[in-house]
Amino acid sequence: MTNTGTLKVTTPTDRQIAMTRVFDAPRRLVFDALTKPELVKQWLLGPPGWSMPVCEIDLKVGGAFRYVWQRGATEMGMGGVYREIVPPERVVHTELFDEDWTGGETLVTTVLTEQGGKTALSLTVLYQSREARDAAIKIPMEEGVAASYDRLAELLPSLA
Amino acid sequence: MNHSERLDTTFAALADPTRRAILARLASGEASVTELAEPFAMTQPAISKHLKVLERASLISRGRDAQKRPRRLEAKPLAEATEWLEGYRRFWEDTFQRLDAVLEELKTKEKKRGRAKR
Repeated sequence: MTNTGTLKVTTPTDRQIAMTRVFDAPRRLVFDALTKPELVKQWLLGPPGWSMPVCEIDLKVGGAFRYVWQRGATEMGMGGVYREIVPPERVVHTELFDEDWTGGETLVTTVLTEQGGKTALSLTVLYQSREARDAAIKIPMEEGVAASYDRLAELLPSLA
Repeated sequence: MNHSERLDTTFAALADPTRRAILARLASGEASVTELAEPFAMTQPAISKHLKVLERASLISRGRDAQKRPRRLEAKPLAEATEWLEGYRRFWEDTFQRLDAVLEELKTKEKKRGRAKR
């Protein structure tokens, strides 16, 4: 299993973004942290400065969830429906932001695999179109995350 | 080319180990086609083909020296491609670091509870 803490982001197809990340905790705890509102609220916050005043989860197939984030006067809401729930290893749900900046609903598949007390989280987001996926990747970038050219030289040997 | 088309061209150009090795070599300074071909068991025309793909993606350009025509790395398209995935990665990296902290807390609580039972 890869090292704890290393996040890998790939684009397996034109319409997908996949992420893998290993956590130093057993799978059932990771599953709880992903599905219990009082825990989700503590970490699913994105860039600094945001809080999550609304976090409602009805964890059953066909059940809905609703998240609202807030920073100052700005609010951002998102919701969806659970399609598959296999505790503590797999969740499939739909997702749609109120402002729909992802160009329609996305389908999110979360898979947890445990090995030696550590858990690999794999998250795959399927967008409606390539344009929608590209836009989703650009948004956090516009939050002020711009890679500097200085890292280029560092990066190139790892690409080779 | 718009932003998305440029990214397509860049990623397509990067989707080959020889081309990535050429870029890695050029990161340490410009080089002639002959110099670039040296480490590979490939003919010069085969290398030239790869160079053309990299040139079309604006990842490399040609230097002034008319005789040697050295190739050099162009940083901008690569930086754009990196930024694109990097932005997403950073967003989630911050978020997942907070999840690490939540999990640590859960583990500590469980341990305490386990001890209390005994």
